[in-house]
Amino acid sequence: MFEIVEREEMAQGTIISNWVRAPKIAKKAKPGQFVILRANETGERIPLTMADTDPERGLINIIYAVVGKSTALFKTLKVGDAYLDVIGPLGQPTHLEKVGKVVCVGGGTGIAVLHPITRGLKQLGNHVIAIIGARTKELLILEDKMRAASHELHICTDDGSYGHKGFVTEMLKKVLTENRDIGLAVCIGPVPMMKFCSQMTKEFGVKTLVSLNPIMLDGTGMCGCCRVQVGGRMQFACVDGPEFDGHQVDFDELTLRLRSYLPEEKLAYDRFKASLGQGCSHKS
Amino acid sequence: MSEEVKAPKKEKIPRQKMPEQDPQVRRHNFNEVPYGYTPELAMKEAERCIQCKDPRCKQGCPVEIDIPGFIKFIKEGDFEAAIRKLWEKNSLPAVCGRVCPQEIQCEGLCVVGKKDEPVAIGNLERFAADYQRLHGRDILPPKAPPTGKKVAVVGSGPAGLTVAGDLILKGHEVTIFEALHAPGGVLIYGIPEFRLPKEIVAHECRYLERLGVKIEVNAVIGRTETVDELLERFDAVFLGVGAGLPMFLNIPGEHYIGVYSANEYLTRSNLMRAYDFPNYDTPLVRGKKVATFGGGNVAMDAARTALRMGAEHSYIIYRRSHAELPARAAEIHHAEEEGVEFLFLTNPVRFLGNEDGYLTGVECLKMELGEPDASGRRRPIPIPGSEFIVEIDTAVIAIGSGANPLLTKATPGLALNKWGYIIADPKTGKTMKPRVWAGGDIVTGAATVILAMGAGRLASNSIHDFLTYGW
Ligand SMILES: Cc1cc2nc3c(=O)[nH]c(=O)nc-3n(C[C@H](O)[C@H](O)[C@H](O)COP(=O)(O)OP(=O)(O)OC[C@H]3O[C@@H](n4cnc5c(N)ncnc54)[C@H](O)[C@@H]3O)c2cc1C
Ligand SMILES: Cc1cc2nc3c(=O)[nH]c(=O)nc-3n(C[C@H](O)[C@H](O)[C@H](O)COP(=O)(O)OP(=O)(O)OC[C@H]3O[C@@H](n4cnc5c(N)ncnc54)[C@H](O)[C@@H]3O)c2cc1C
Ligand code: SF4
Ligand code: FES
Repeated sequence: MFEIVEREEMAQGTIISNWVRAPKIAKKAKPGQFVILRANETGERIPLTMADTDPERGLINIIYAVVGKSTALFKTLKVGDAYLDVIGPLGQPTHLEKVGKVVCVGGGTGIAVLHPITRGLKQLGNHVIAIIGARTKELLILEDKMRAASHELHICTDDGSYGHKGFVTEMLKKVLTENRDIGLAVCIGPVPMMKFCSQMTKEFGVKTLVSLNPIMLDGTGMCGCCRVQVGGRMQFACVDGPEFDGHQVDFDELTLRLRSYLPEEKLAYDRFKASLGQGCSHKS
Repeated sequence: MSEEVKAPKKEKIPRQKMPEQDPQVRRHNFNEVPYGYTPELAMKEAERCIQCKDPRCKQGCPVEIDIPGFIKFIKEGDFEAAIRKLWEKNSLPAVCGRVCPQEIQCEGLCVVGKKDEPVAIGNLERFAADYQRLHGRDILPPKAPPTGKKVAVVGSGPAGLTVAGDLILKGHEVTIFEALHAPGGVLIYGIPEFRLPKEIVAHECRYLERLGVKIEVNAVIGRTETVDELLERFDAVFLGVGAGLPMFLNIPGEHYIGVYSANEYLTRSNLMRAYDFPNYDTPLVRGKKVATFGGGNVAMDAARTALRMGAEHSYIIYRRSHAELPARAAEIHHAEEEGVEFLFLTNPVRFLGNEDGYLTGVECLKMELGEPDASGRRRPIPIPGSEFIVEIDTAVIAIGSGANPLLTKATPGLALNKWGYIIADPKTGKTMKPRVWAGGDIVTGAATVILAMGAGRLASNSIHDFLTYGW
């Protein structure tokens, strides 16, 4: 059992942060790696990136958006509760190196995945420009941590409620135009965001890393469910990735495969919400 | 009861059939297909064995079970003695009785089979193990005094379970490390409930735990810990990680929604119990027209699972003919009875899909058989211009599996062959890396349960020698 020792609700309860006791994993984990978690015996195996670790205390940090049945179930877990299974660290760590000037772009919960990479790039002596975005001010996460992990931080909201009004891609274009010496872009967020950022950086000829989130099962290269096309070759995101060259990724295929279980996901989520509703009315 | 046994006018007893669920009923449920022998049926079948002095059946058994020996005890109604006899050579008889290809092993050599059908050795083995599990006394074999030596077993498939069971009895401390959240290997994630109930596998693992074996699940060796780190804490390490790398057809359209590797399809339905969605959270596309590519046990399992998931048509598309199907005879027979439709001499060339990304069909070519190839089977050759389309909404690719590089890449000092399998001494399981042994599918490539167990047995003997005498 993997106990939750700290829990925080962010972005008005749509994003949850957990610190989970998993000493072996905490000791091994590197930025960019993920774990697979299962809440209980009937649960799904859900991949989540480690947003941070505390090897001394044997803890890992996961930050997830509540988007369906399984993440909603995770949300019900309180401090002192435990995940039944946590497996990791999985995937290839980010290849962190000194390139000079870099830009890190994060959207939504992607910011949580981006943060340890940004911090690592800064520690290696890179000049780090960060761009983070959300739909609206209340949904923006990790502003302070990202500020500390970068030299320049730009904030965007779709509705203009905070920072610049507009998408992160627009800010990325401005930054790339003004900083012709950028040697690396790291873009992590929703698939459309990564797709457009990659198109943008390609125009500027800047090498780009993205972190892919296909549906996964075992996370050890055994099932092939996480297959993605990169440079015309089949790759398994759980072992070959999750980070890939954004200029090579077939984002349309990824988008399509992420839709594999839409009807089932809706059914499961609706059933779960109904059962939660019942549970509440029962108590009151 | 001994007086009439030798009666000269004894009537010839036909091979006793195991009672089974009706095919039309069972194709809709996940309960086990055969019910197993009753004690009466088992004793009657056991009488068919003529107790050969130099039994040929035993030569066909990769772990050399004393077959006439255990059958004799069944005939006499001493079922506990029968299971003890089996346990001398085989720690997983309930599993082997169900999944071994007996027709090409023990039963294929049985002398009774020359004129009549062979003795149903597999059914009897299964009976003895089931009887023990359900009705037997709770007996544990004696353990040697503790040696203070520690062994790590990586992977909990039949190879790893065998090594663990052998070495714990010899007094060593054993810890199994398993990447998935449940132990059993292919027995738990691959072979379906209707063929091998998961409770049986869980029972075998609990038995090992009662003997003192520690089982650590969620431990991906190579990631959570490395083999070199295990070597710091353990005196010896056995690698039985299986052949867990799915093969794809490498034809256009494999990304469409509804195209699965057999590993994914079966893991979803078995390990994750997707057949019980939404009571279990993991989904699986419930195809109406499903095609499975391949002709082995894995393909039969997938095609029969598809029926149980509600398929109206479940096809097996195989590029050779019926005679070359590598699956166990019993599985082919069961699949046919349940209504799986076989398209022989047929090879897929591309998948077709709609604009939403859903699979809609597969284009195939007709084949004819040419000269025998390296495997001795006649090589299928495409017939030009014979393209045709099969309408399907789900495809399961069951054309084999390869060596998963996750552990081997993270383990310096292991020698691998050109396909990525670990090179190990076939007599001892010793690898090129000191204090590391390997066996099962990760050495031989995808094979069988009993061969993995046989490899485990050889390795455990060698590990024991090493821990005891230092060689
Ligand atoms: C390597 C990796 C790292 C990830 N890291 C994070 C993270 O740090 N924070 C975060 O919020 N999310 C992360 N995700 C995505 C997260 O796994 C999914 O949001 C989650 O599985 C949704 O499950 P659900 O039941 O709540 O929603 P569902 O109703 O099942 O699905 C909602 C959406 O999530 C996607 N999804 C469903 N199941 C899976 C699955 N098993 N694997 C991947 N995606 C799935 C589907 O496309 C679906 O549209 C990561 C995914 C991967 C592959
Ligand atoms: C669907 C299917 C049906 C089959 N039917 C039959 C049949 O009817 N009869 C028959 O004889 N054979 C059958 N087989 C073949 C048989 O199951 C295998 O040959 C046998 O299980 C191999 O045993 P093993 O111990 O080598 O490996 P496996 O059973 O594959 O077990 C390996 C274990 O190691 C774990 N592992 C892998 N990597 C790591 C790691 N890095 N760290 C920790 N653990 C790890 C895996 O999760 C797995 O649990 C079938 C196979 C399949 C897939
Ligand atoms: S070969 Fe057949 S008859 Fe002879 S001992 Fe074996 S099972 Fe019995
Ligand atoms: S999740 Fe199974 S291979 Fe990647």
